[in-house]
Amino acid sequence: MSDIAAIRAEAARLRALFEATGAQPVETAVLQPAEALLDLYGEDIRARAYVTSDALRGEQMLRPDFTVPVVQMHMAHGAEPARYTYSGEVFRRQQDDPTRASEYMQVGYEVFARDDPASADAEVFALIHDALAPLRLRAATGDIGILMAAVEGLQTSDARKAALRRHIWRPRRFRQLMDRFAGRLPVPPSRAALLAHADPIAQAGTFVGLRSRAEIVARIETLREDAATPPISQREVQLIEAILAVRAASPHALERLRDIAVDMPAIAGAVALFAARLDALDKRGVTVETLPFEASFGRSQMEYYDGFVFGFTCDTRPDLPPVATGGRYDALTRQLGAGLEIPAVGGVIRPGLTLSLAKGQTAGGTA
Amino acid sequence: MSIRLGVPSKGRLMEKTFNWFGARGVTLARAGSDRDYAGQVEGIDNVELILLSAGEIPRELAAGRIHLGVTGTDLIRETLGDWETQVDALAEMGFGQADLVLAVPQAWVDVGTLDDLDAVAAAFRAAHGHRLRIATKYHRLVREFLRAHGVADYVLIDSQGATEGTVKNETAEAIADITSTGDTLRANHLKILDDGLILRSQATLFRARRTTLSASDRATLSDLMIRLRVD
Repeated sequence: MSDIAAIRAEAARLRALFEATGAQPVETAVLQPAEALLDLYGEDIRARAYVTSDALRGEQMLRPDFTVPVVQMHMAHGAEPARYTYSGEVFRRQQDDPTRASEYMQVGYEVFARDDPASADAEVFALIHDALAPLRLRAATGDIGILMAAVEGLQTSDARKAALRRHIWRPRRFRQLMDRFAGRLPVPPSRAALLAHADPIAQAGTFVGLRSRAEIVARIETLREDAATPPISQREVQLIEAILAVRAASPHALERLRDIAVDMPAIAGAVALFAARLDALDKRGVTVETLPFEASFGRSQMEYYDGFVFGFTCDTRPDLPPVATGGRYDALTRQLGAGLEIPAVGGVIRPGLTLSLAKGQTAGGTA
Repeated sequence: MSIRLGVPSKGRLMEKTFNWFGARGVTLARAGSDRDYAGQVEGIDNVELILLSAGEIPRELAAGRIHLGVTGTDLIRETLGDWETQVDALAEMGFGQADLVLAVPQAWVDVGTLDDLDAVAAAFRAAHGHRLRIATKYHRLVREFLRAHGVADYVLIDSQGATEGTVKNETAEAIADITSTGDTLRANHLKILDDGLILRSQATLFRARRTTLSASDRATLSDLMIRLRVD
């Protein structure tokens, strides 16, 4: 059997596992309209996806993942709650690392359900966990919802919260914004000069382009308000840092987060959801006592993951990308649904990797 | 066989390249008329001059069809992925200096840094229903730069020429382009962001890494490199 045929067979095996739980198999087109993906992910997607075009339909992308078309399909005519499974190739442009595949198979499982998010999270994780069990991979979990709740709870302006929320998925930028809002960074000279000027717009000269004078005036006003806003307190900065530093086996992580929640009650709800998820995972037979939890896990993986996140990697093969990844992406459905929203959680396995790891096990005896 | 040297086929870049080699005792010339793209080399044997568009030299080096090539750092880094594994920069030649910079309208008195640009991009998207457009032909370099600095909510618009005019024509809100003096930017009411320098570029002599040479070609190449004082 050729490699590709073997991977297809492995994908079919995994998909059958998902179908056995009642998930409805779905197919999506390989060519996806570029506009929706660009609107969602911005310019970064061009670095990751192959873009092609014709004079008739304009820009199209070779499917970089299944999530977006599956969400679109569900939102257009799905009944709730819904469980879907799929398998097929995804395409990722590689410009810097020749060892990374530019085309590979994914098998996925997605749950759209309004009730009991903890249970839906646990369902997706346990299913993938069980499917991968023979490979003895290392699981990683996190919860971006806790950080988001912490940002909402900060004693600062809505504008600052919005700026931080926007960069949750860009850790470097997030830290820089925190430092700036906490008064830890010097004000850039251009900003200081602007704020010192009585009537800065008088210096604007010729206006060119679409951004209007009114927009510029409005931003100057926003900057003045921001300059008058007191810095985020040292205490709150430390609490955010304490949250981001949580990294332990799940029960210890939970305990730590409950301690932090005493000083930052805003995260209590998100922490309670974490606790409920651990109960739900336990009920499904996952050993939560040793399940690793890392509060900052998954932040740079995919924009729009905004709750539970997880991944599975192979300790003995650090050269391989994650074998499986997934998480909750309510924010993505909100963005795609134009006002509508459906809580969603899902994950994907790469059958090409499970197959080669399984082969390695038989070849090398016990792994 | 011979060592194939790729040199820009037109204008000042070609002349200055010829002068640079000439000053080191290697005379490069066009074979015939100004319209003839064949070249000749005097002062060393078994070196072949190939006249090419500067934009094609990175690709030709990567493919190993030329062994040495003169082009801008900007073009190498824009065109080649993981460029350091494909070519080796032997010498900066001291001409063809140009900076790839990010510029916005001068009237944007509220924007001085990338931080500001990022915040404005978010507000612009909310107000106009589309992302803030940046016109450029250096897609890779600009995208990587903006990602490294955490700027979001922008989109790159392809512009292969007259890029400074795109803002006035309202096909872009900002631009990323090569500038040497900044005069064209000023004339189009644009200003460079304080931290908007993406890359400093100049004409550079590159060697292709992924080529296999015969013993005699290796000898020719090392002889040439000694003469050029780049060994």
